[in-house]
Amino acid sequence: MLSYLLRRTAILIGSLVLAAVALFVLLRLLPGDPANALLPVGATPEQIEAARRELGTDASLPAQFLTWLHDVVTLDLGKSLISTLPVGPEITARLPVTVPLTLAAFVLAVLIAVPVGVLAAARAGRWYGPVLNAVAQLGIAVPAFWVGLLLITAFALRLRILPAGGFPPDGWGDPGTAIESLVLPVVTVALVMSASLIRYVRSATLGVLGADYLRTARALGSSPAQAFWRHGLRNAAVPVIAVLAMELATTFLGAVVVESVFALPGLGSLLVRGISQHDYPVVQGVMLVSTATVLVVGFLGDLAQRLVDPRLRQRGAS
Amino acid sequence: MSKRLHLYIGLVLVLIVAGAVLVSYLWLPFAPDDTSGGRLAPPGGDHLLGTDKLGRDLLTQLLIGGRIALGTALGAVAVGGVLGLSAGLLAGFATRWLDDAAAVVLDILIAFPTLLLAMLIVAGSGASLGTAILAIGLAMAAIVARLVRVLVKQVLGRDFITAARVAGVSWPRIVLSHVLPNIAPVLLVNLALQAGLAVLAEASLSYLGLGTPPPNASWGRMLFEAQATVLTSPVAAIAPGLALVTLVIGMNLTADGLRLGVSDADR
Repeated sequence: MLSYLLRRTAILIGSLVLAAVALFVLLRLLPGDPANALLPVGATPEQIEAARRELGTDASLPAQFLTWLHDVVTLDLGKSLISTLPVGPEITARLPVTVPLTLAAFVLAVLIAVPVGVLAAARAGRWYGPVLNAVAQLGIAVPAFWVGLLLITAFALRLRILPAGGFPPDGWGDPGTAIESLVLPVVTVALVMSASLIRYVRSATLGVLGADYLRTARALGSSPAQAFWRHGLRNAAVPVIAVLAMELATTFLGAVVVESVFALPGLGSLLVRGISQHDYPVVQGVMLVSTATVLVVGFLGDLAQRLVDPRLRQRGAS
Repeated sequence: MSKRLHLYIGLVLVLIVAGAVLVSYLWLPFAPDDTSGGRLAPPGGDHLLGTDKLGRDLLTQLLIGGRIALGTALGAVAVGGVLGLSAGLLAGFATRWLDDAAAVVLDILIAFPTLLLAMLIVAGSGASLGTAILAIGLAMAAIVARLVRVLVKQVLGRDFITAARVAGVSWPRIVLSHVLPNIAPVLLVNLALQAGLAVLAEASLSYLGLGTPPPNASWGRMLFEAQATVLTSPVAAIAPGLALVTLVIGMNLTADGLRLGVSDADR
């Protein structure tokens, strides 16, 4: 386990560095001069030169990269081209919206998907097994922003029981209002996420239901439910856990879009604003934080998978 | 039985959208910029679905949105398919450190979710339909390349490849007559799934204002505009969503039907 942990950590660090390089190169290769974002239309060459010097984009690419990497490692993500505020604190200020939204939606999606997916597989012969499967099939074809739009129409505009969007300016200072404004976004992201999760849980369960050890457990006198809960669930969990880590990353991405639907001041709306204003440092900062999160979550998912399945641990050791 | 059903329902849904798009090239109820109907007219009469807040006919907008959605699907699959297939073939034939390097690079590229990668490219080159298609296609290429790499490795390990080598068949010929036909079915299923994802990605980008710019009516953009007037004209907020779901679910079911057919043929 220790040698696996060391190797996997090395891969994680390697991919973080490579991701940073890729992000840097990609943003530099793209057409469009960030200096233009600072300047009015029709700026003189001298002004453009001065702006480039101020941004540091007049240096050679490797030199720019080293400067940037040094800044990143010391947690300095630069300043926004538009607001001239430092990007780091701006990102931190938005985490209290995005993190609770992502985590709550993820937990809700798992709470919906596991029982529904297991039922869809275990009751494939009854009428509601295939129906649940069809609903999940439908769910993965529905874009998150449309679900949000429909929920806003129903619960905010027609029934008027929840806010249509926005977040209290003092954040979590007033927890009640903050929670109220996150209910619809959380449900939106969770519904969309659970659709694809249900399909994974269903196929993992189907794979386990035909297994020999369940038949043996049945022969030894367990009821079908007992056999499944004691022996099947843990086996079905192994492939699902690998998917869960990826799904958490996708949930985060879903949150990025849904934040715009509900006008929430989170990371997603910061990213969208950064992109439409060509605010490179903001885009770079948010992308870096998101990519790092996705990679670290994938790392934790791999470790969790080994904890659940001793066979994987042994294979790694031999 | 069931796999046929998936395939047929999927194809029918896709063909409904494709048919409507074909019709739109021959006939549109109104000119796209005709605002003679007045703002937010209710459905019925001349304007079957009513008009939007600028007075444009909704059915016309919906049909033009269909062109954009199908165009995105075809364009992104072409870009992602060609690039992904070439990169995947090269990586599949690579050995030792080159192969390890290819695997790590592809893993990292995939760690950037499609939508984020597309947003990154839009950030640099500005929002337009072409950029969106290219961006979605590039993001798709990484996923296709990883799949192709694994498939090629599997095929290259089979005995008939060794036999062909022994018989003196050249590598390009082996790729054309042995590798490609063997990976085609699985690749086709994946591309059908990716087409649906591409349509969803373009709609999301356009909803966020990072895709097709106005006045072109992408379904994502129509939904964004309808959000402000959802109580006065609910049809504008429902019709583009239904069209989107119809097309995507059609593509998903087609992929499902094909996949079940492929795994049957293997047995």
